[in-house]
Amino acid sequence: MSAVEYERAPVIADGGFETPAAERLEKIWETAPGIRGWLSTVDHKKIGIRYIVTAFVFLVIGGIEALVMRVQLASPNNTLLTPEAYNELFSTHGMTMIFLYASPILSGFSNYLFPLVLGSRDMAFPRVNALSYWIYLAAGIFLYSSFALGHGPNDGWFNYPPYASREYNPGPNIDYYSLGMILLGISTTVGAANFVVTLIRARCPGMSINRLPILVWGTVTVSVANLIAVPCVSLAFFLLWLDRNYGTHFFTESGGQPLLWQHLFWIFAHPWVYVIVLPAMGMVSDGLPVFCRRPLVGYTPVVLGTITTMVLGFGVWMHHMFAVGVPFVSTSFFSAASFVITIPSAVAVFAWVATIWTGRPVFTSAFLYFASFIAMFVIGGVSGVMTASVAADLQLTDTYFVVAHLHYVLIGINVFAVLGALHFWFPKMTGRLMDERLGRWAFWIIFIGFNLAFLPMHLTGLFGMPRRIYTYPEGFGWGALNMVTSVGSFLFAIGVLLYLVNVFRSLRSGARAGSDPWGAPTLEWATTSPPPPYNFPVIPKVASRHPLWEKQLGEGIGESSVRRGLLLDHGREIPGTSGLDGDPDVILKMPGDTYVPFLLAVALAAGFVGLLLQLWWLIGLSVIGCTAAVIAWLWPRAALGQRADRDRARARGTVA
Amino acid sequence: MRARRSIGRGGRRRVRRGGPAAALRAAAVALALGLPGAAWAATTTPLDYLSGAGEKTNAITPLLWFLIWVSIAVVVIIGGLVLVGALLRRARRSSPAEVPPERTRSGLSWITIGVGLSTIALLVATVWTVSTSAAINEPDEPYGLTLAITGHQWWWEVEYRGDTPSETFETANEIHIPVGVPVRIELRTADVIHSFWVPALTGKTDLIPNITNVTWIEADHAGVYRGQCTEYCGRQHAHMGLVVYADEPQAFEAWRQDQLAPAATPDAELQVGLAAFTIRCGACHTVRGTAAGGQLGPDLSHLASRSTIAAATLPNTIGHLSGWIADPQGVKPGNLMPRLDLMGTELDAIRTYLLSLT
Repeated sequence: MSAVEYERAPVIADGGFETPAAERLEKIWETAPGIRGWLSTVDHKKIGIRYIVTAFVFLVIGGIEALVMRVQLASPNNTLLTPEAYNELFSTHGMTMIFLYASPILSGFSNYLFPLVLGSRDMAFPRVNALSYWIYLAAGIFLYSSFALGHGPNDGWFNYPPYASREYNPGPNIDYYSLGMILLGISTTVGAANFVVTLIRARCPGMSINRLPILVWGTVTVSVANLIAVPCVSLAFFLLWLDRNYGTHFFTESGGQPLLWQHLFWIFAHPWVYVIVLPAMGMVSDGLPVFCRRPLVGYTPVVLGTITTMVLGFGVWMHHMFAVGVPFVSTSFFSAASFVITIPSAVAVFAWVATIWTGRPVFTSAFLYFASFIAMFVIGGVSGVMTASVAADLQLTDTYFVVAHLHYVLIGINVFAVLGALHFWFPKMTGRLMDERLGRWAFWIIFIGFNLAFLPMHLTGLFGMPRRIYTYPEGFGWGALNMVTSVGSFLFAIGVLLYLVNVFRSLRSGARAGSDPWGAPTLEWATTSPPPPYNFPVIPKVASRHPLWEKQLGEGIGESSVRRGLLLDHGREIPGTSGLDGDPDVILKMPGDTYVPFLLAVALAAGFVGLLLQLWWLIGLSVIGCTAAVIAWLWPRAALGQRADRDRARARGTVA
Repeated sequence: MRARRSIGRGGRRRVRRGGPAAALRAAAVALALGLPGAAWAATTTPLDYLSGAGEKTNAITPLLWFLIWVSIAVVVIIGGLVLVGALLRRARRSSPAEVPPERTRSGLSWITIGVGLSTIALLVATVWTVSTSAAINEPDEPYGLTLAITGHQWWWEVEYRGDTPSETFETANEIHIPVGVPVRIELRTADVIHSFWVPALTGKTDLIPNITNVTWIEADHAGVYRGQCTEYCGRQHAHMGLVVYADEPQAFEAWRQDQLAPAATPDAELQVGLAAFTIRCGACHTVRGTAAGGQLGPDLSHLASRSTIAAATLPNTIGHLSGWIADPQGVKPGNLMPRLDLMGTELDAIRTYLLSLT
């Protein structure tokens, strides 16, 4: 291949889904049918949907665990569960919801949507994308196999030593958890790198960074944070695993420092809270305006607020540790920082409220989720502000008040946003609309059930019920409140079940959507529903933040063009764009479908099984397998050999 | 010797009624649960922290209520704005595609005003928080008493530090303090992390290996205050309670003198029980003045003067004590006291002996 190939002046053509060019693109980008395609695809849309489906499965599993706990806690002195069973349940529930549901579901939406909203054909690293999913799945199965074998994590998701040490926790439970978290961390890290580079490099012409949808800002912000935060927790789990298996003393009381764990863990885990809410807030910031028929109020402050939240999010971890006995001066610092972090969130809240007040809201199921999301966000927010106050927090912490708070954050801000987002993007993903009537029923049951379960829980906390207790005596004033919570949680579960019924029914018999059922402004609505494997017959060129609303709003410089643009049909190609302005400067050659990411994930997972069981032959096999897979991955191929080609071309003098 | 008080199930509990806090509490419950809730608010809530009974909590509680009311106000205002805005501005169409998008107003003033007001509230909260933290950091007066508390899976070892060894003694799970005197508390752990919490008197302080944390409490009136471990510490975290008795100074001094004395010398009848206890229980438990000197479990020298057993889990009655000795794993599954399969006569003798340890 010559340099001319990727620095050629690409053909500019009219797009269309029935043209010979489109047929050619279809052949270039389509995934093989059957199991072959299933294991080898690098199509971001398929990977995104896989993420969403897998995360939903974990949501349902984690929900069932929660229901079992709610039966146990419905009345005082209940004996349905043994203490050990309860402890494994609450730990596994936390792990599932926080790590296997909340973040992957958002990765799923982002994987699906990034190239579509950015007007491109794939993520920057399609194979990394597939790898990220396969490792996530492997880590999920790895972590859950422990639970299935009766060795689930039993020290909470926070996993404090020394209770997590071999001395107090001799079973394999914590080894499973440690290794599983390290494996999952690899998935998160490679996924995060992919989002960051995709934003920087793989957009359509004209997609300058002030025109990105807020979802992109949210996801990229948390991806940068992940690249910094995940190593902390992976390291912590690795050191703990060494402590447990090889007699090191990082966190033991004899020679080590148990408190070190808490610092390493919360330096990761507090930013993680933002990792699982900022992209969800981004989805609402993009979705809500569509149903309010106006652009989001305060795009720039909201974007800056997103980034500010994440930056400040690295400076508040100690507010999880106010009770560990740090001096007054440092608790005051972290207390003040935790108050300050409220301000960028307030920016987003008032932006959403203003969008409703200055718009013309149309009440669809998605709108109901997004609007109620704002209220849930505020409830979870103010209870968070209360815990930011160190003096008050010393009373509030480790009571059910915090349980109520974190569920308003995780369910209110993550799940409500996700359920609304799925209503919103379901037609794009499947070509069919979700049923509105059933959608509203599900919404109201979910809304009432959720609030019935978790609003009274604030009182349970104020009445002093400690967290993580498998049962409680009579006479503390907690019985009736817990019964209400349990009833509410089952109502909530019925709502989710109804939602799933709606999904499955609509998949088969929902109304046909058309390319743009909502009259929405962004590029994903400029292609068919579901989009073809190549996303866009020609690469769009955008001139404003709302390419499909330009005429009505009179916005932008010049005119966006979604029907005419770069054809790019010499194999898998996308335009490479400059970082800030989105000017195209090169044609990027993209890899096709391959089994390598799947095989690499399998080899890697086998290695972790080997580490768990200390089977050295399996670890050896894994090393060989991983090496072979990486070699296959990186094997120079003419079709992808951009850089080498460029140098050779320079040497020949054919390129300036 | 004070009369035994029962704290566990169905016993006497700390009751704090009257005053503005209780009224607010009832109002909060009524808000959340409607009118039946108000009646139900009359039930006792021994671990609540909505009203204080000590120097520290008297400073914390107003701050907490300020935060609660500001939070409720913010939720009502924003929730109301969302609801009213959506209803007022609603476009009655079935699909948003039927309503052309437009941008008539920028709406930015919403953000400016809203964030401005939020910032003021946050500033007040920050200043109040820091000044409260400073106020409760150390007591105004010198400490009148020092306790060394050691957390164990799943009970509390309490050592009263005297000026001399003869003034020092040990007890477990129940703490007596004199009213109106700041008490210094040193916190250590023998195993995993625990957290010391007596909501009416103080917020939480963790017990962490390799670290000695210090907190303090001062009760402003006599009463019985319930406490609890609040850092997850394993299987029986749920049953790691403690009780603080705030006594008038004379009553406290009388209690202290009782505790300082070694266990009463058993009469002939109780000798059988002492012998059985020493053999069966003495490896883990201490009764001062006898051969039983174990360090793993709670000091039982004056067990009969306590109103609860098993870390404030059961009232210290003859029935519960028998049940506990006979089958501790049935009461607190997974706790570290083994089931000994005692013969009936042995159990009787040990129980009778323990009940004599006033």
